[in-house]
Amino acid sequence: MNSVPRQRLVVIGNGMAGMRTVEELLARAPVRYDITVFGAEPHPNYNRIMLSSVLAGEKQIDDIIINPRAWYTQNAITLHAGDAVIGIDAKTKTVTAASGLRVAYDKLLLATGSKPLMPPLPGLDLPGIVTFRDIADIDKMLAAAEAKQRAVVIGGGLLGLEAAWGLKRRGMPVALVHLMPTLMERQLDTEAGTLLQRDLDERGLHFFTSGQTERIIGSERAEGVALADGRTVPGDLVVVAIGIRPNVDMGKAADVDINRGILVGDDMATSDPDIYAVGECVEHNGQVFGLVAPIWEQAKVCAARLAGDTVASYVTPALSTRLKITGIDVFSAGKLAAEDDGDEEVVFRDAAKGVYRKLVVRGNRLVGAVLYGDVADGGWYFDLIKGNKDVAEMRDRLIFGQGFADQDCCGGSKAGLNVAAMTDDTQVCGCNGVSKGAIVKAIGEKGLTTLDEVRAHTKASASCGMCTPTVQAILSFVTGSDAAAPEVMCKCTDHGHDHVRHAILDQRLKTMADLREALGWKTADGCAKCRPALNYYLLCAWPGEYVDDYRSRFINERVHANIQKDGTYSVIPRMWGGVTTPAELRAIADVADKFNIPTVKVTGGQRIDLLGVKKQDLPAVWGDLNQAGLVSGHGYAKGLRTVKTCVGSEWCRFGTQDSTALGIKLEKMMWGSWTPHKVKLAVSGCPRNCAEATIKDIGIICVEAGYDMVIGGNGGIEVRVTDPLTRLTTEAEVLEYSAAFMQLYREEGHYLERTAPYLERVGLAHIKARILEDDAGRKALYARFLFAQSFAQDDPWAERAGGGVDAHEFQSLAVVS
Amino acid sequence: MTNWIDIGTIADIPRLGARTVETALGQVAVFRTAEDEVFALINKCPHKNGPLSEGIVMGRKVACPLHNWVIDLNSGHADAPDEGCTTPLALKDEGGRLLLGLDAVAAVAHG
Ligand SMILES: Cc1cc2nc3c(=O)[nH]c(=O)nc-3n(C[C@H](O)[C@H](O)[C@H](O)COP(=O)(O)OP(=O)(O)OC[C@H]3O[C@@H](n4cnc5c(N)ncnc54)[C@H](O)[C@@H]3O)c2cc1C
Repeated sequence: MNSVPRQRLVVIGNGMAGMRTVEELLARAPVRYDITVFGAEPHPNYNRIMLSSVLAGEKQIDDIIINPRAWYTQNAITLHAGDAVIGIDAKTKTVTAASGLRVAYDKLLLATGSKPLMPPLPGLDLPGIVTFRDIADIDKMLAAAEAKQRAVVIGGGLLGLEAAWGLKRRGMPVALVHLMPTLMERQLDTEAGTLLQRDLDERGLHFFTSGQTERIIGSERAEGVALADGRTVPGDLVVVAIGIRPNVDMGKAADVDINRGILVGDDMATSDPDIYAVGECVEHNGQVFGLVAPIWEQAKVCAARLAGDTVASYVTPALSTRLKITGIDVFSAGKLAAEDDGDEEVVFRDAAKGVYRKLVVRGNRLVGAVLYGDVADGGWYFDLIKGNKDVAEMRDRLIFGQGFADQDCCGGSKAGLNVAAMTDDTQVCGCNGVSKGAIVKAIGEKGLTTLDEVRAHTKASASCGMCTPTVQAILSFVTGSDAAAPEVMCKCTDHGHDHVRHAILDQRLKTMADLREALGWKTADGCAKCRPALNYYLLCAWPGEYVDDYRSRFINERVHANIQKDGTYSVIPRMWGGVTTPAELRAIADVADKFNIPTVKVTGGQRIDLLGVKKQDLPAVWGDLNQAGLVSGHGYAKGLRTVKTCVGSEWCRFGTQDSTALGIKLEKMMWGSWTPHKVKLAVSGCPRNCAEATIKDIGIICVEAGYDMVIGGNGGIEVRVTDPLTRLTTEAEVLEYSAAFMQLYREEGHYLERTAPYLERVGLAHIKARILEDDAGRKALYARFLFAQSFAQDDPWAERAGGGVDAHEFQSLAVVS
Repeated sequence: MTNWIDIGTIADIPRLGARTVETALGQVAVFRTAEDEVFALINKCPHKNGPLSEGIVMGRKVACPLHNWVIDLNSGHADAPDEGCTTPLALKDEGGRLLLGLDAVAAVAHG
């Protein structure tokens, strides 16, 4: 046993740098010190980087704790959380805390981070002004968001943008004031900064660039900011995020040398050899710090020195930046632009995809990279920059990324991540200094199968998250698992249809706003692709509860008619089972005359189409048709269209059952239902199949012994003949089985997926299992369908003909000359 | 000098929706975003003259109902890769009253 008495180490600052140093120290010299930690914040050590994600609602405070209190206990560390040190006596080697507690040290570590920079503005002490640095700040911002106030963020750098985005995600209208003409001008070139602003603008942030804040408006509390050029930006919450400056208070207290930060040498010691300093409070070689990657290096060196090593020395590594806004991918490292004639810029743009890349090449070396939109190659470029590697060989392919550049011939491989081509010492996680080799080794040795496990064991991608796709790719590569992601719904999200539908049910999401917030939608309002889909999914999941959002429906479903290429509409009344009467035909003829409807056409679905109706005439046309008992045929809907029938046993000499009456019963049960895409049925009275039931979504073919039910047919672009499902014996069964299949498709189909591709996707066996083999399940589907229908069967024309519903749709706002 | 014409109130337009105004310049679509900003455009998609007032409004954009071109409400420009532009008109919200600036339009439209 080692009989040397333990030395006393006191750490001031329970933040990222301080505790990383302690972790490194425990790994090297577990019993060398009795460790006491003072932290001004009342929390255990947490991942400050992830405060942005907490603000945006993507993570909880519990998720970002790095070392819980148990860790301190296990390692015999005395933690005084919520007790700031207020004095240091370097002669007697003691520190004094605010509580009055005094503790003696042999070695002292200063890790007090930095303070938000505050501009010299009048009004900064008003309530409503916050900074973005710690959990207490987050609490203030969330309280403001609760109260649904407006926010103004001052500062368009990393921190300001992440604050703005987080507040926006919490439902606040957010304006961002930035001094410079483009955002993040220190990390991005003008083009990437402009793209960034465009994308964030699309997501609903409002920008005031080239905006010099002159003062805070308000007397009792903040009411906004006034800019030097006269613009004013209203807001009850003002977030100041213009930068940071090292917190040197403890350096002053200890009377060590200070410049901008607490001065340290390559050994991380201050001018007092028993006092060390790490993190954002230090200045090394004229440089101060604001990212964790160099701080991890400092922690390593400092821990080595504290453990007795005499050679470890700190060198600032190359740095890269990433913005943590879900769905916005930005990367930069090294030079942002050519600095002289010897430098060359290589630029690649794909405006449609929103991708931009710029590389700065000096001689045969890569010295800078700015990536926007697709940052998968960021790590690889960063490696080339850090390694000062000769890129002459792949110079002409470099801009296309690793997938192309590493090939002998450029046609050989698809662009993107090439895990196989990465060397073992390629650094994957810049924040935590984890190489590809270390990840591969951990996956193999520990049998890791999930990203979270890899994070827990290696710390790779556990900080800023930029390397997550790479770590995921390595995991898939090593474990051979299929990483093919499901097709995403649209540009507004990274989720696929199934994920969204499950989340709606599992998380009981009942409004579009909740859904977009819970699933991290990237756009404020969604787009023309996802809005109608989400509206349908919510309607299907919560019948009777969800209020149909007409603003998220295509025009046809909003005005219950089909828009034509000249902006007029077509109107198709329902003819149940294709059967009509002289009175109905007369009403149609009268309407066509009265409203000068140019074309009257018999449709393929056995009804009559009135084409060329002016929008403003629609309510009156419907009113007249309603008078004769005609209702909407939903010829415009992603819903039940027609049930085509033949005359069946009533008239036909071959007919085996009353197909017309059965068709009408099906149509009366199903009309008005909303479905992922349009649905057409047919009932044929005998196997001659005059109603063409074998190319319908649901077909019924009557036979002597009963009814053959067939599903998944399509007569459109890609003709598909139905698959036989089963033979049924009574009409009641036909109704039950048809409704059950309809409901299954409603619950599982992707929006705009007809039954034919739906069936091919899920497989006939799945449908048989649900409808034929599970009697209780089928009956439940049937019941759910009928329940949903109880809210769906209101004639939309009747609601609108009287000028009640959506009257504004059909009238001009004004006529002016 | 712009001649500002009162065309109604912001409440007359549904959020994320549009109304039309008949003018000497043709039909004008006036839009209201989720955040109550208002914009006015000549109601013709640069692609095939589709009525933009019938499209789905998202952010400061509208998707044309005919072929889904996405048009910027502020500039009237189509989103890449599509190319084209419809004429934007001056519209201001004064305490809830909407004022359409037709002279300003004419200047843009003619020149
Ligand atoms: C919102 C946000 C997002 C960020 N995102 C990124 C990112 O994506 N990538 C990246 O690399 N970096 C990021 N950073 C920066 C990163 O968090 C810091 O570089 C890092 O936390 C610095 O570590 P530190 O230990 O020096 O300071 P801190 O983590 O701030 O720790 C210092 C601690 O010391 C305490 N303290 C101060 N004075 C005293 C005293 N007298 N007595 C006791 N305790 C005291 C403080 O309360 C604090 O808890 C982000 C920072 C913020 C705020």
